[in-house]
Amino acid sequence: MKKYSPSEEVDFVVIGSGAAGGVMAKQLSQAGFSVVVMEQGAWGAYGHEQDYNKDELINRFPSPEDRLLSDPKTQRNTFRRNASEKAVTGSHDYGCVVGGGTVTYGASSWRHLPYEFDEASRFGTMQGTGVADWPVSYEEIEPYYTQAEWEIGISGPSHDVLTKAGSLIAPMSKPYPVKPQPLKSSGALMMKAAEKLNLTVTSNVAAIITEPYNGRSGCINCGACSGYGCQVKARSSSAVALLPVAVATGNCEIRVHSYVREINVDASGRATGVTYFDKANNNQEVFQKAKCVVLSANGTETPRLLLLSKSNRFQQGLANSSGIVGKYLMTGNGGGASGLFTDPLNEYKGCVTGAAVLSYVPNDVKNRGFYGGGRMTARGQMSPIQYGLAGAHGAPSWGAGYKKALIEQANRRLTMVNFISQLPVETNTVDLDPDVKDAWGLPAMRITTTSHENDYKGMQFFIDRSVEILKAAGATQVWADTINDSKGGAHARGTARMGNDPKSSVVNKYHRAHDVPNLFVIDGSSFVTGGRNHPTMTISALAYRCADHLVKAAKTGNVTI
Amino acid sequence: MSDSRRNFLLKSFSASSAAWLAANWPAQVAAAEKAQAMGAFTYFTKPQAADIDAMAAQIYPTTDTPGAREAQVIYFIDTALVTFAQDKQDIYAKGLADLSAQTGGKAFAALPSDQQIALLTSMEKTPFFRTVRDHTIMGMFAAPQHGGNYHKVGWQQIGFDDSLNFRAPFGAYDKA
Repeated sequence: MKKYSPSEEVDFVVIGSGAAGGVMAKQLSQAGFSVVVMEQGAWGAYGHEQDYNKDELINRFPSPEDRLLSDPKTQRNTFRRNASEKAVTGSHDYGCVVGGGTVTYGASSWRHLPYEFDEASRFGTMQGTGVADWPVSYEEIEPYYTQAEWEIGISGPSHDVLTKAGSLIAPMSKPYPVKPQPLKSSGALMMKAAEKLNLTVTSNVAAIITEPYNGRSGCINCGACSGYGCQVKARSSSAVALLPVAVATGNCEIRVHSYVREINVDASGRATGVTYFDKANNNQEVFQKAKCVVLSANGTETPRLLLLSKSNRFQQGLANSSGIVGKYLMTGNGGGASGLFTDPLNEYKGCVTGAAVLSYVPNDVKNRGFYGGGRMTARGQMSPIQYGLAGAHGAPSWGAGYKKALIEQANRRLTMVNFISQLPVETNTVDLDPDVKDAWGLPAMRITTTSHENDYKGMQFFIDRSVEILKAAGATQVWADTINDSKGGAHARGTARMGNDPKSSVVNKYHRAHDVPNLFVIDGSSFVTGGRNHPTMTISALAYRCADHLVKAAKTGNVTI
Repeated sequence: MSDSRRNFLLKSFSASSAAWLAANWPAQVAAAEKAQAMGAFTYFTKPQAADIDAMAAQIYPTTDTPGAREAQVIYFIDTALVTFAQDKQDIYAKGLADLSAQTGGKAFAALPSDQQIALLTSMEKTPFFRTVRDHTIMGMFAAPQHGGNYHKVGWQQIGFDDSLNFRAPFGAYDKA
């Protein structure tokens, strides 16, 4: 792998190696630019994926080198529901390894639908929210979705199925490159319910290849999937689908254990590089010089780093003249239902999601009384320790009754997990905790979030639909979840939103910071509205689009696009 | 059953299969292997082990199918407390002292089963009980290399097949 000296001015520093950082690193290095990717996590099993651990206990208690997610004990964060509360210790975490969250994610890879880019124009804005149109249309992004799906390796329904689903699936200029995953028993039961209730159900769209593709082998349905690294490179993570291509150009260095604490700027307000803690070297501070900085650290760490990068010129944080860095956070919320079936589903085999219910994706404010929609998935995947600790439904938590119910209900449970729209609200934020520091002495991330009351109606709607579907599928017993208003997690979006107006957005339509000509911010933080809480495919497509424009501009010697 | 009558099974520990533990806590694992191979413990004293074993046996009892005792959960917990669960040692130390205070110094393991259940029910919400409960369940369902789930008895009970790969159909409803 190419190595650069920190004093050498590279063309690009990319902060983060996940869904967006991986695309940026590949596209920029393939175009001939020198690139250093800063990753605060370790290598994981990059290049020797067969060594990813499949042991559930080890996965629960990873040693520092085995760790694939951030550790809330060191990457400390705090949480509160609203600004009047004192924040308490939070449990927010995110992918923290070469490849970021894509190494361990469930890998659902749905596109946003055309109407998820201009909801303000189509459906109107809503009091107390930041609903706005994106500065790009679906038509502009469509070619980049296709490019992302084919380069990364996405499996999904056949052309015939897509055609039949009509407007419930985004129009595609090219079908999915790889055939879909098995439906599983959960999917078969969804199909049964779909017939009775006249619903549209398809197999899942996922960044998991089911047959050999681009030199990688297909999924072997081992079942230790979401939350684990993939031993056979079937999950199309940045670490297997993108970063090796970047490294092979000879232009890209991935620098692990490098925790960026500041994006530096000069007196004219241009970024000059980044300062990071070299964790392998006693957390010594190192400055890496760069012509241009790309920030792809995820929807929570990206705004935090901007807020940490205060200077005389940028006293309220970098790229924050609008004052909205960190605002409009959408973390995802949910609520569903579970049911028991007569015979074993064995959902622990295969990947987490087999099928998706698409009928409630579109908006239908008039009939449902709330704004937004959701994509429903059926799953029952529980690994043995997880199942044992959670216990059986309606049973004691220990003793003979616990054991009896645990054995009786084993492998017979199906849960509807729903991916629901969430409105961007200005008071839902990531900012710097005034009291708590992380293990490196920097202000900890503070998350403040409560979903809009509209979204509570949405969650209840999907809980009710879940109950209905499970009953139609023949469940012998059904119970509704409680509403789950999230406190953080992997789907954070909206905290450095795109827009044409520098007063109401952080980056322009090509992800360039309005305030800093050579700083690009591209990841979930760029989202204007949240879609149906399946963000990764759109992050990938936006990154391909951003890189395309950035390469063209950089080749002229001026990245100011 | 009195403490002196309790016979712990000799634990056959395979060093190579406990690679993760051995890599991260080599000295602790070596000590545990040595002790357990002789029917002794590395963290617990024998009387303490008897009490925790009795608690585990109430949490996941032996019924018409094997329970925590047959799964050798006590060895899982004993090793856990010197490896990945070292931070729980204080909870156990305090919990065992409280338990002894509750029984007036009598061995918990020596109490009749109904008294054991009553006492455990009264302490259900304590960190000690919750921790032993969670460790017992982990010992039932973690891979056997971690000391419990002897001969995969836990996995068999909940129908978990630890094969490395599968082919659809997976369950009863996706059969063609």
